[in-house]
Order: sequence, then C-alpha cells, then structure tokens
Amino acid sequence: MPEFLENLFTNYYETGAVVIFGIGFTSLLMHRNLLKKIIGLNFMDSGLYLFLAAKGYIAGRLAPIITDGDADPTKYVNPIPTGLVLTGIVVSVSVTAFLLALTCRLYDKYHTLDIDEITNLARKERD
Amino acid sequence: MKNKGALSRLWSFAEYGSFREEEFTLSPSDERHIDTDTPENRWLTTVQNSERSVGARAASWFSRRGVEIFQRLYRVAAVFICFTLIGVLLAVVAFLPPFGGADNPAVNEVPERYVAGAVEETGATNAVAGMISAYRGFDTLGEAHVLFVAACSVMALLRIDGPARRHGCLPDPEMTGEDMDFEPNSDLILRKAAKILVPLSFIFGLYVILNGTSSPGGGFSGGALMGAGVILNSVAFGFSRTERFFGERVYHIVKTACLTVYALLMAYFIYMGANGIYDHVWLGVPGGIVSGGLILPINIAVGFEVACTMYCFYALFRKGGL
Repeated sequence: MPEFLENLFTNYYETGAVVIFGIGFTSLLMHRNLLKKIIGLNFMDSGLYLFLAAKGYIAGRLAPIITDGDADPTKYVNPIPTGLVLTGIVVSVSVTAFLLALTCRLYDKYHTLDIDEITNLARKERD
Repeated sequence: MKNKGALSRLWSFAEYGSFREEEFTLSPSDERHIDTDTPENRWLTTVQNSERSVGARAASWFSRRGVEIFQRLYRVAAVFICFTLIGVLLAVVAFLPPFGGADNPAVNEVPERYVAGAVEETGATNAVAGMISAYRGFDTLGEAHVLFVAACSVMALLRIDGPARRHGCLPDPEMTGEDMDFEPNSDLILRKAAKILVPLSFIFGLYVILNGTSSPGGGFSGGALMGAGVILNSVAFGFSRTERFFGERVYHIVKTACLTVYALLMAYFIYMGANGIYDHVWLGVPGGIVSGGLILPINIAVGFEVACTMYCFYALFRKGGL
C-alpha cells in the first residue's frame, strides 16, 4: 500500500471529517431547496468540528481538566481546538437561525422554497 | 427591457440561470428604421434581414434548449467542483501529521503554556474554561455578541406586531392571527413528562454553569440546557404559562443586563492586563464552585444570555413574538 493511502487510514478521523464536509458542500451546491442548502451548511460545520477535535487529540493523554494540582502539560491533550469548536458551534447556531428566518420571510412572500423559482419571481417583480 | 444586447443577455443567463421567453421574441421596435426606398440601402436591408433570421433562429433554439443545456452543464460543473474539492481535501489529509501524535506541530508551546498556567493564573482547573474565558476572553466576548446580533436580526425579520399579525402575507388567506397562537393543550403524556423534565433541565443547566470552571461545560452548554427547559415548558403548558415568568420584558432586561455585565468584566480584565496591574480578584479554591475568579460570573452571564436567545429563537419561529 502506498504511503498516501496509509496516511489516509492513519488519519481516519480527518478523512471522515473531510467526507462529511464534502457531503455538506455537495448538498449546498446541488440542491435547489433552501432548507436542504441550510442542512448542507450545517453538515459542513459538523465536518469542521470533527476535524478540529481530531487535531487536538494526543494519544494516551487525559482531558485538560487538571486534577490533583498536577499541571504537567505532557499529561493533557491540546485544549485550543476544543475552544475553537465551542466558538464555531455558537456561531453556527446563530447563522442557522438567521438563515432560517430569512427562508421564512422568503416563503411568506413567494410561497416556494425553490431558489430558481424565487429568483424568477423576484425578477418578474423587479421588472 | 427591449433591445437588450448580447452581453446583458449573457449576464442575465449567468446570473439567473434561465432565459426568459420574451427576450427572444423580437419585437417590432427591434427593427432599425432605415429608409428602404433609396437604392443604396436596399442591399443593407436584405443583409440585415438574413442576419436577423439567423439571430432569431439561434434565439428560438436557445429559448427552447438553453435552460435545459444550462441546467445540465450546471449539474455537471457542480459534481465536478464537489469531487475536486473532496479530492483536494483528501490529498491534504494524506499529508497531515499522524493522528494523535505527540510531536505534531499543533502541540507547541501555546497549549503547554495554557495548561501549565491555568490553575495558577485563572484559578480554573478546567483548562478549556480558563482558556476561552480568560486567555482568549476577547474572542468569547465577540462570540456572545454574535449570538446577540443573531437574536436581534431574527427578531427584526420574524417579529409580528399588533393585532394584524402577518396580515397580507399569510400562506393561507383564511389563516388568521389566532392560528399562530393556537396550541393543542391536551397531550397528557407530554405534560406529565414535562413536569419531571423541566425542573431537571433547569437544575442540570445551573449545575453545568456553576461547575464550568472545574468540569466540562460552562456558560454556553448550561445556557442551552436552560433554554431547552424553557422551550419544553412552553411546548407542554402553552405560552401563557411561560409568560408568567418569562415574558418579553424579562427577556430584554435579562439579555441586555447579561451582555453588559460580561462586557464590563471583560473590559476590567483587558484594562488590568494591558496596564500590567496586578489582578486583585480572589481566584477562589481550585476545584470548588467558587473558583476561577471572574470566570464564574462570566459563565453565569453567558449562560442566562444563551438561555434567553434559545427561547427567543423558538418563540419567534413559533408565533412571531415573545
């Protein structure tokens, strides 16, 4: 087996994260339904969180909660990606709520979720 | 609208992905007004006619097949782009350092410094809480503001004022404002389950917030739990029961006060740090509830703000107001 593929199997968490990210990107690009596009965006977020959490892991180390006053850095995993994931989750919740609110307004006005139909109707209205 | 040039047609094609029918039926005003009586203009007119017929044929062919061709091309291009992106990312993953290795470049002096100094400098035994609330507190302040701005914009988009709720833009014209408030209050299982689960989720949320400095959790996760409790309460017992303790007034006061408190505490942190003044806040007992100095009040403020925002999202989507 070439080194290339071997690395993919060693980094299986990152590989899975990239695949989830790709699924999300595909549905963001290929679906016309706005709700499915939002779900795709959330898939991309999840893939990113998995990637960051995997990058913070160090084999055989503990979660970064210092017990017994033993603050030896070589005993704990990397705490930075965890904090980044927390920030990312909050931002993704905010963005999802905002997108869903926009979708609600669009549906109220045009009675459809199809992005092409909405564009056509909006163009007709503008002209 | 008339006499659109080829460029603008192409632009509209690229922008909207579909030609519109009327752009290709050449209207009489499209013909150029040339005096055909003079002999020197006669050949020009015939050339123009043949040009026009070719153009019209191309236009009608495009109007028949253009949308179809474009959509097919779009799908092919989309599949190609997606697979290219996944391929590039997989190639990048193949050259990443091995998973879980202790010598990876991400494990440098920064996380080591955070772990080593967490208890001594921030008083929090949870190094992640110490990092996000103290070392990188400015980042988390921005995060809380993102949540605040999102709640404000959702409110601006979805809020319905007055008795004429959503009048004129309802999906069903027979649907009235009362339908938005309609809630079937007869689900016995839901109500009995909520009677047990609502207090539990409140207590567990408070527990997670208060122990955020010494165990996994903190303001954001505990706040989400408390918000889930409020949402469950309003699902099971109706909005009128929830408004007894959590109306619009309470929401605005709690949310603004929490964000202000957080911003003031953070400003204190930043001012002390920037001027090199020794921090006089008592850090508490590491591992206990009162530990972490300013991290505990920050966690409480963030928790209540997140709980308010969660319920605000639910109420706005459900009935267009708090």
